[in-house]
Amino acid sequence: MSPLDLLVAAPLAFMVAALVLGQGGRWLILAAGPVMLGLSAWLLALPPDAAHLVGNWDLPLGILLRADGVARLLVPATCVCFVAVALYAWPEFSPKAGRETARAHTFWPMLYLMWGGSNAGYLTTDLFNLYVTIEMVSLAAVALAAMGSLAAGLQYFMIALVGSLAYLLGVALLAGHYDTVDATLLAVRARPDLPTVLALAVMTAGLLVKAALFPLHGWLPPAHAAAPAPASALLSAIVVKLGFVIILRLWFEAFAEVVRPAAIHLLGGMGALAVIYGSIQAIRQERLKPLVAYSTVAQLGYLFLAFPLIWNARIPGEPWAAVLVHAVAHMLAKAAMFLAAGLMLKAVAGDRISDLGGLARAMPLSVTAFALAAISLMGLPPSGGFTAKFLLLHAAIEQGQVIYAGVLVIGGLLGAAYLFRPLSVAFGASAAPVVRAEGALRVAAPLTLAALAIALGFAGMTLIELSSIGAPPAIALPLAEEPGP
Amino acid sequence: MTAAFELILCLMILGTACVALLVRDFLAAIAFFVVFGNLMGLAWLALGAVNVALAEIAIGAGVTGVLLILTRGRLLALGEQIDGNPLGHWLNLGAAVVCSAFAVVLGAAVLSIAPDDGLAPVIDRLMPRIGVENPVTGVLLAFRAYDTLLESFVLLGALVAVWSLAPADAWPRAPAALRMTDPAALNVAESFGRLVLPIALVVAAYLVWVGSDRPGGAFQGGTVLAGGFLLAAMGGAMGLPRSDDPAFRWTLVAGPLVFLAIGLAGMALGRFLAYPEGMAKALIVTIEYFLAFSIGVTLALLVAGPPVRAETVP
Repeated sequence: MSPLDLLVAAPLAFMVAALVLGQGGRWLILAAGPVMLGLSAWLLALPPDAAHLVGNWDLPLGILLRADGVARLLVPATCVCFVAVALYAWPEFSPKAGRETARAHTFWPMLYLMWGGSNAGYLTTDLFNLYVTIEMVSLAAVALAAMGSLAAGLQYFMIALVGSLAYLLGVALLAGHYDTVDATLLAVRARPDLPTVLALAVMTAGLLVKAALFPLHGWLPPAHAAAPAPASALLSAIVVKLGFVIILRLWFEAFAEVVRPAAIHLLGGMGALAVIYGSIQAIRQERLKPLVAYSTVAQLGYLFLAFPLIWNARIPGEPWAAVLVHAVAHMLAKAAMFLAAGLMLKAVAGDRISDLGGLARAMPLSVTAFALAAISLMGLPPSGGFTAKFLLLHAAIEQGQVIYAGVLVIGGLLGAAYLFRPLSVAFGASAAPVVRAEGALRVAAPLTLAALAIALGFAGMTLIELSSIGAPPAIALPLAEEPGP
Repeated sequence: MTAAFELILCLMILGTACVALLVRDFLAAIAFFVVFGNLMGLAWLALGAVNVALAEIAIGAGVTGVLLILTRGRLLALGEQIDGNPLGHWLNLGAAVVCSAFAVVLGAAVLSIAPDDGLAPVIDRLMPRIGVENPVTGVLLAFRAYDTLLESFVLLGALVAVWSLAPADAWPRAPAALRMTDPAALNVAESFGRLVLPIALVVAAYLVWVGSDRPGGAFQGGTVLAGGFLLAAMGGAMGLPRSDDPAFRWTLVAGPLVFLAIGLAGMALGRFLAYPEGMAKALIVTIEYFLAFSIGVTLALLVAGPPVRAETVP
């Protein structure tokens, strides 16, 4: 028995159960929540070197699952997000007598498929197995996105397919070249020759599309803004992270010996541009959900901006921890923000920021959840977002990377600019609108997520220690000095 | 196969691909695409990849062709203009140049990989431990069963994703009937469907059984089964189930569920998806039969599409 398998098998079993139960499928979260949170706790309690081969079939052919720092941070955060989103989605996706809709039935199996897929993705070291997990997550994501806007869903589907195929092509090249697709073996075997570089390039390009890094982000704002609030929360918090984590595994583990500084700075530069561009677009939005969606474009930029900072660091452990903490903090805060925004927009029956006037008095808890999430996204202390950005800024200044340091500071200011706007309207003097009270669970879900994003700020050392577990050799050992730009 | 045959085959593949891309009539393009798929299947045969050939012909040419023809019918019904090439000449030219350049780089990369036996020796050494002789089955159902397990859930998820596209008031009805409307065509399709379905059942069962030692297996068997179901539905010999029919739901989940259950049972004996000594083949064949049945039903329903409001023609 091991949580490494059960964290994947359990959501799949719940998916089957949801399909068989049909109408009653939504009740399963009452069982799935405790089971998955318990398995996450078990994962955190595993010894540092926990890893095993599925079915005991050895490498190079078999599939290795392992509980490294990435998995130990992202799997529990993913589980918390899923539980909160599912409890929030409960009344929205329940079959009502007389007007049953397909989505009330299909939302739940899709949720469990995405849950199993993202857990599987964080736990495996096998590049082909990662392809399958991408398929699981993308398929569910497309279905959820199409619940809001069919056009945005279809566009997302096309782009996700191209990304998957590019990734698969790279995996095929590697399998032919090295007779294995396991990241830990490739870390030893990979050489900087044409097939390897081409494979890394097409895989990264395909994954960047899925991770929506500027300028490949075009599909994200329409899809994330149009979907129902719980779907938006999953798309922005969970789905884009898997592409990022796979890139992290490729660049710092499997191909750490192949990667060159120019390529690292290309990714870092794209990340920096994403921070600036996404923030400016967010400032320009008149409607709340597109603002939150463009904020995702900006926040994903930080994840890639960190690449050169990890690469050049004398002690890479710190920026490595920073990028993982940022991923977790963004997961919690962005899910909280989309859920809170969903409640706020539903209450005022509008979608514009100017519609939010006086909401702070009408629904204080939901606006508080939005504000707490905003604090973490802006990087104000104390919050997970602050810890991450502080560590990144520290690394950038230490390495004399003035441009990246500047982008980190400006990005924080721009973040404040776009997030204070809806808050200032909500806290504004206009008369409080009369709103219908929401169920306690629906109010508690975003508040809990946002509070956890803040609480991360108090757990800095624990998170840094967790992130260093089983960190790839490129991170664990001091690197040879690489000349900066 | 002789070199001349292979040369002609390659030219025909390139030729049909070009025609499918360039021809202005949409139906002709689909026809050439189907021919292209079948020729690709032959090419896989020539390369000795029988499993890939079966999949290419069944999915690449067969199911995709049916989907394209159905799509054409729906677009025509909507009054869409679907003839001709929507893109400008320069855009076409640019795409051709970029694709060619990428193909050259890809070709150079592939050719620079030294040919070797790959993983074949590793697989050969492991095969005796599971008692089946088809190495493809060994990889799919034992050494990398985890991938296959997850993929079986992807296929199930694909059908659920299609369902989620159903219009608000259509749930939980059946998909649009595939039954032909033209009386003469229906007459032929009806008797053909009745004839083909039992044959498809037998062939599918055979393909799964033989798959443990020779090319074949759950996916191939499932595709044949799906073809039989679809032809029977077109002839009106079979109706399409409502999406909330409990028995139907069980047939969909049976394959993935049995696979997952056997995987978890392995955990009790040591490891997730490990087969106990001496029982590997029996368990693999069990999984494959359930999988083939679920795959057949799922594929057929994927082609049929989401539930619709009333008895409308696609």
